[in-house]
Amino acid sequence: MPRLVSHPDEVKIVTRRFGQGAANIDRYMELGGYEAAKKCLAQGPDWIINEMKASNLRGRGGAGFPTGMKWSFVPKQSPKPKYVLVNGDESEPGTCKDHLIFLHDPHAVIEGTIIAGLAIGSKLGFIYLRGEYRYLLEIMEKAVADAYAKGFLGKNIFGSDTEFQIITQSGAGAYEVGEESALMESLEGKRGVPRIKPPFPAVVGLYGGPTVINNAETIATVPHVIAMGGEAYAAVGSPRNGGTRLFGVSGHVERPGVYELPMGYNLKKIVYDVAGGVRGGRKLKAVVPGGSSTPVLLPEEIENLGMDFDQVGKAGSMLGSGGVVVIDDQTCIVEFALRTISFYQHESCGWCIPCREGTDWLKKSLTRFHAGFGTAKDIDNIQYLAENMLGRTFCPLGDAAAMPTLGFVKKFRKEFEDHLNGKPCPFAKHTEMAIV
Amino acid sequence: MSSETMTIFSPQLAARFDALVAKYPVRRSALVPMLLYAQDEVGYLSDAVIAEVAVRIGITELDVRNVATYYSMLRFKPAGRFNVQVCTNISCMLRGGYDLFDRFQDELGIGHKGVTQDGLFSLEEVECIGACCWAPAIQVNYDFHDDLTPDHVPAILDQYRAKAQSEGKAAHA
Amino acid sequence: MADVTITVNGKKLVAPAGALLIDVCRKAGIEIPAFCYYPGLSLQAACRMCVVRQEKVPKLQTACTTQVAEGQVFITDSPEITQARKATIELLLGNHPLDCPVCDAGGECELQDMTFKYGAGESRMVDVKRHRDEQQWSPAVYYDRPRCILCYRCIRMCGEGMDVWALGVHNRGASAVIAPNGGDRLDCEQCGMCIDVCPVGALTSGSYRYKTRPWEMTHVATVCTHCSDGCKVTLGVRQSSDGAEIIRADNRDKSGINGDFLCAKGRFGFDFVESAERLSKPLVRNAAGKLEPATWEHALRTAAAKLKEVRDARGGSSIGVIGSNSTTNEENYLLQKFARSVLQTNNIDHERTADFAAFAHALAGHPGRAASLRDIASASAILLIGGDPTNEHPLLAWELRTAVRINRARLYLANTAQIKLERQAKAVLRLPSGSYASLPAYLGGQTTSIADTAFRDALLAEESLVVLFGPEYRGEQLNALVQWGLARPAVRFACIGAHANSRGAADMGVLPHRLPGHVPVSQPGAFAAEYPGMPAAPGQSLPEILESAARGDLAALLVVGANPAANHANPTELRNTFLIVQDIFLTETAALADVVLPATSLYEKSGTVTSTYGDVQLVKKASDRPGTKPDFEILVRLAGAMGVDVKTLVPFGNSAVTADLGQSRGAQAGEADRHAVWLAARGLEPKLSPFDPLAALDEIERLVPAYKLDRLNLFGGNDAPTEPGFVPVSSLTGPDVIQPAHDGLFTSGSLGRYSESLKDLLRHQSPAVAETAAD
Ligand SMILES: Cc1cc2nc3c(=O)[nH]c(=O)nc-3n(C[C@H](O)[C@H](O)[C@H](O)COP(=O)(O)O)c2cc1C
Ligand code: SF4
Ligand code: FES
Repeated sequence: MPRLVSHPDEVKIVTRRFGQGAANIDRYMELGGYEAAKKCLAQGPDWIINEMKASNLRGRGGAGFPTGMKWSFVPKQSPKPKYVLVNGDESEPGTCKDHLIFLHDPHAVIEGTIIAGLAIGSKLGFIYLRGEYRYLLEIMEKAVADAYAKGFLGKNIFGSDTEFQIITQSGAGAYEVGEESALMESLEGKRGVPRIKPPFPAVVGLYGGPTVINNAETIATVPHVIAMGGEAYAAVGSPRNGGTRLFGVSGHVERPGVYELPMGYNLKKIVYDVAGGVRGGRKLKAVVPGGSSTPVLLPEEIENLGMDFDQVGKAGSMLGSGGVVVIDDQTCIVEFALRTISFYQHESCGWCIPCREGTDWLKKSLTRFHAGFGTAKDIDNIQYLAENMLGRTFCPLGDAAAMPTLGFVKKFRKEFEDHLNGKPCPFAKHTEMAIV
Repeated sequence: MSSETMTIFSPQLAARFDALVAKYPVRRSALVPMLLYAQDEVGYLSDAVIAEVAVRIGITELDVRNVATYYSMLRFKPAGRFNVQVCTNISCMLRGGYDLFDRFQDELGIGHKGVTQDGLFSLEEVECIGACCWAPAIQVNYDFHDDLTPDHVPAILDQYRAKAQSEGKAAHA
Repeated sequence: MADVTITVNGKKLVAPAGALLIDVCRKAGIEIPAFCYYPGLSLQAACRMCVVRQEKVPKLQTACTTQVAEGQVFITDSPEITQARKATIELLLGNHPLDCPVCDAGGECELQDMTFKYGAGESRMVDVKRHRDEQQWSPAVYYDRPRCILCYRCIRMCGEGMDVWALGVHNRGASAVIAPNGGDRLDCEQCGMCIDVCPVGALTSGSYRYKTRPWEMTHVATVCTHCSDGCKVTLGVRQSSDGAEIIRADNRDKSGINGDFLCAKGRFGFDFVESAERLSKPLVRNAAGKLEPATWEHALRTAAAKLKEVRDARGGSSIGVIGSNSTTNEENYLLQKFARSVLQTNNIDHERTADFAAFAHALAGHPGRAASLRDIASASAILLIGGDPTNEHPLLAWELRTAVRINRARLYLANTAQIKLERQAKAVLRLPSGSYASLPAYLGGQTTSIADTAFRDALLAEESLVVLFGPEYRGEQLNALVQWGLARPAVRFACIGAHANSRGAADMGVLPHRLPGHVPVSQPGAFAAEYPGMPAAPGQSLPEILESAARGDLAALLVVGANPAANHANPTELRNTFLIVQDIFLTETAALADVVLPATSLYEKSGTVTSTYGDVQLVKKASDRPGTKPDFEILVRLAGAMGVDVKTLVPFGNSAVTADLGQSRGAQAGEADRHAVWLAARGLEPKLSPFDPLAALDEIERLVPAYKLDRLNLFGGNDAPTEPGFVPVSSLTGPDVIQPAHDGLFTSGSLGRYSESLKDLLRHQSPAVAETAAD
C-alpha cells in the first residue's frame, strides 16, 4: 500500500481528505464532499467558469493549460453531445500522484467531473484509468455506484432536472494513450494513435462531440477551488500559477513521497528539506523536475528555482507532471538516459517517422554507447537526432524523448566522453535492458 | 448477444460484456477494457477470444487485432498464473529495480517474458507502473508490492505459491 | 467555397478557402514532397515530409493538413525545411534495407527519389537494422516489412478506396507492421491497389517481382481487355526472343477515367497472351478430318474459296457471321461491312450481353440523355437497378464508392439481391424476384406490388439522376424505363453489358437488324449505296443462325472472337456447316472449325473500343505474337483472297496522305504516340496501308454521327464519349436475344480460362470470400 508522507510546509487542499476513509461516500460527505457540486448546480455554467478562471488553476497533466480557459472554449450550443473526459492514464515515469487521488479521494474526482459537466453543459463524463490501476478502477467503480445510489449521478442529479452520468474505463497498457487525442481514440475502441489537430477536442472530440479533457488531479482540485472560491485558491500559489500541486518526489531521497506544496515552492527545498535530502548523505548530481520527459537540471540550476510552470520553463525545463526525480552522484547519466529513451522507444505509437525511427535509433545508439562501443561521432549523432526530432513529430511524445536526451548530452557531455572507445561504464552494473 | 451459442466466455464474462457495451454511446468503446477482462479470464488473447470479441462488438477480427496488438498489457500467448511485472523505469531503477529483477530471474529461473515450467509464474520487465514514490515496485497480476529489496522476493513468491495451493486448483496452462 | 489569396514563396496564389495547402501548391507547380499524403484518401500527417513554414507559427506545419485561409504566408523551401526533410529520410534509411539493386521498386521508388533530391547519402547509423522475413500473402501480394515506411497508403486504399478493409496495422512503434486480414494470408478482392500505391518496394506483385527493371520496359497505354468498364491500362513490355512480352499492367500515369484503379483482371490477367495454348499457326481440317497446321496463304485461300462458292451457289443467306465482344470497333465495323457487302448476308450477330439496340432506340432523338462514365462519376444522385458492380464491374463500383465518399453523391439501389454497394447506398429498394418489369410503373407513381414509397419519394426529390441498369431490361421493358426518365428533366441513363467491346459490337452493327449506328436494315438510307450487295431484309440472330445450322440450312459460318459452341450451341449442330474461326485460342468452337485463323489479342493490335458507357478509347499495340494477325488484317486478306478490291472495303490512302511515321511501330514507339497527336492536330491522318484500322475509323466517323469523335482527345489517350441518341425515329423491332455474362472478379469469359494468374487467384479465395467478394 502506498505510504503517505507529510511535511510542515505542505498546504493540504487536494490531499485534505487523504487517509481519512473518504473513499466511503458518507465519510466524504462528512468532510464537506458534494457541497461544491450542489453550489455549482445552483450557480450555473458562467459562474463556474469565472471561478475557474479566477483560480489560475493550470492543467496538472503536464502542459499547464489554464483550466477555466479550456472549459470556456467549448461551444455553448452543439448539435452533438458534449463530454467530459478525465485523464487518469498517469504513465509519465516519475509520476504517481493520481494513484493516490484515486485511492484516497475517488469522490473528489467524481465531484470535479460533475462540475466540469455542469460548466460545459455535458451529460456524460468518462474517467479513464490506465490498465495497471485495476484496484484503483475498482475503487472508482464503487464510488461511482455509490454516487448513483445517492442520486448525485443519474437523470436528476441532486434532485434537479439536470442529468449527468459517469462511465469508468480501463486502458490496457500504453503511455501514448495519455495524450488527449490518443485517449479519445482508445476510448472509442481504437489504437491509441493521436489525432490531427485542429480541430481541438473542445470543438470536435470524443464521438465527434465537444469534449473537455483534464488530468485527474486537475479535476480533483476543482471542488476545492469552488469551495474556497477561485481567488482564494489563486492566492495560495504564485503569479499565474494558482494553488498547490502534488509533487511526487522519487529517486535518491531520504523520504520519497507525494507532497502537496504551493505553486512556486523552491525546488532545492523540496529535495533537501521536504524529501529529506539525498539518500545516504550522498551528493546531488541532477534533478528531473517534472517527469521523465522534462530536461534534467544541475544542482546549481535548482538553487533559486520556484516550482511553477513559468519559472521552470524559464530555467530551460518544464514543470510537467510534477514528478521530481532526484539523482545522486553515483548514478551513470548515460544509463539513465538510456533507460529514459528505452521507455519512449517502447511507448512510441509508431505513427510518424521522426518519433518511431528516432526513438528506436536513439535507443540503439545509447545501448551500444553504454556498453562501451561508442565513438565521439555517436555523441554528435545523438544530439543531431534529438535536435531533428524536436518539434517535428506528430504529437509531443517525440519531443518528450528528444528534450531530455538533449539535456543529458549537453549537460553531461563529459560523462558521455568517459564511456568512449571501449571504456566500461564507470558506474553501472546493468548494461543490458530486456525491454524491447 | 449473451445468447451466443458457441461462446468461450464464461456466463459472468458474457454478462459483464453485455453490460459494458450497453453503457457507451458507441458499442466499440467496450473493446479495450473487454480485451483485458477476457484476458484475465482466459489467460491470453487466443484466436477464439479475438473471434468472439469481434463478433460481439461487430467489427472484423483484423480490426480487433489492430487494436489488441497496440496495448502492451495484452498478450497472445499464455503467461504464468501469476505474472510478475518488475518496473525498472527511472525511479525504480535508481532504487534497485534491476537488482529486484535479477533476483526474480534467479529465483524463478526464467528471464524476461519467460514462464516457469509449472506454469505458475511468468516474469516481465515493465515500464513505469505509477508507483515511483514507493520504488522499487512490482505488480503480480494486478497486486502492487512496493518499497522492495531483493530479499523480499522469496516471501512474495511463497505468498503466491500458497495462494495457488489454497485455491486448490492446478496451475493453469 | 469562396476564394482566398495566400502567399507561397513570395508568390500570390488564389485557391478555394479550406483547400489543402499541399494541393494548392502542387497545382501551382510548387513541389511538396510527401509519402503518406495521397489525394482522395484520408489525411495522416505521419511522414512529416511535407513540412513548410507558416509565418507567425512557431513550428513547421504539415502542408497536407493545412487548410488555406485568407492572407496566410508560407515558405515551402528553405535550408531549415530541406534539413527537416533530409533528417526524416535519414531516419527512414536507418532501418531501410539498401537492396535497391534487386528491389522491384528501384527506379520508381519515392524514397529513392527523395533521397536523391534531399541527399542523405552518408549514413550516420552504424547499428544493426531490424530484419523480418518477407511474407507472401496471396498469389498476388508479397510484403517486405524492412522496406515498409508505414505511410498507411495501402491500408487506406484497401479500406477507403476499395471498401475491402483487408489490411491493418499491428503492434506499435518500431515494431509496427502492416498485417493482412487472414493472419498470414490476404482474403480480399486481390485488386493489387495496395501494391500500386506503395511508394517503395514493400508490397510487391506476385506476377512482376524480380522480373525486370522498370527502365527496361516500354510502357504502352491501352485499354483493358476484360470487362466492359474500359479501364485504361499501362502495359510494361519487354523485348523477348519471340517478340515483345507483357510483364506488368498498371495505370501508372493515372490517365483515363479509372485514375489509378485497376482490378485483379486488369492488373494480373494479362498473362493469357503468353499462354502456351495460344494459336500461332493457321489450322485447316485435312481429308482425314483432323486439324493440321497450314500456311496463311493456304488457310485463307481455303476459307475464301468456300465462302465465295457458297455465296455464289446458295446465296448470302446461307452464310452466317458471328462477331466478337472483344475485338475493336474497326474490326467489328469491317466484319459487318464484309458480311453485308461481300458475303451479301445480314445473318450477323454477336453474343449480346445487354440490349444496346433497344437502348439506342429508346434514346433516339434525345441527345444528352446517355451517361458516360464521367457523368456517372460526377453525378449527384445515381439509381442502380440490378447487377452487382463490385464483382462484375469493378471500375463502376469504384466510381460509385468514390462519388459517395468524396462528392457526397447519393446512391439508390433497387435490386432483388443483396449487394455490397448497399454499404454506400442512401436508400435500398429490395425488389421481389422477377419484379424489375414493374419498376418503371412504380417510379411513375403507379401502385404496384412494390410497397416502399419512401424510396420513390426520395428519388423523385432529386434534381438530377443517373440511372444504371443491365440485362434485366430489354426491348419494351427497357423502353418503358427510359421513357419514364425522358419524361423528367435531367435523367440520364447507362446500359451495362459485359466484355471489353460489347457496346462497340452493337454500335458497329454486328446485328442482324441494325446497321452501324443502329440504323435499321429495313431503312438503310446512305448505307444502301455504301454496301452494294447488302440484302434488304434483316438477317438471322445468333440463335437463329445456330438453329439453321442445326437444320442443315447454313452452309458456312464465320466466327470471329466468339465461342458459341461453349455458350450456346450443341457442338453437333455445327456438323454440316463449313466453319471458319478467327480466335486466339483453340476454343470449343475453334476445335470444330474447318479453318482456324490465329488472331492477335486486344493487347497486340491498335484501334478503338467503346466501353459500356459509350466512351471510345484508343487501343494500342503493346506486344507481338509471332504467327498471329489482327482480325482486321485477316478480314482484309480474306476479302482479297475472294477477289474483292480491298479499297472498296477499306478506304485507305484516299485523302490527304502525308506519311505514316510510326503507326506500324507499335510497342517500341513512344514517338508514335506523339506523332499521331501531331498529325491529328493538323487534320492529317496516317493512311498508307489497307491494314490500317484508322482508315476504317474514318469511314465510321463519316457514316455514324455518334462516332464523330474528338480525335485530338482520343489520340491524346483520353476517353471520348459517344451519343447513342442519334438514331432516326424507328420502331422497336428485332429480336432481343440477350445472354448476361456474369463474370466475377476472377473470370473473364473464355479468355479468363487461359490466365494462370486469374486461376491462381480464384483458387486462393476461400469459398466464403469468393462468394461475397471479401465483404
Ligand atoms: C505523450 C503524452 C502523454 C501524456 N500523458 C498524460 C497522462 O498520462 N496523464 C495526463 O493527465 N495527461 C497526459 N498528457 C497530457 C494530455 O495530453 C492533456 O494535455 C492533459 O490530460 C490535459 O489535462 P490538464 O489540462 O488537466 O493538464 C500527455 C501528453 C502527451 C503528449
Ligand atoms: S506529412 Fe505529411 S503530412 Fe504530410 S504528407 Fe506526410 S506525411 Fe503527410
Ligand atoms: S518508475 Fe517505477 S513505478 Fe514509476
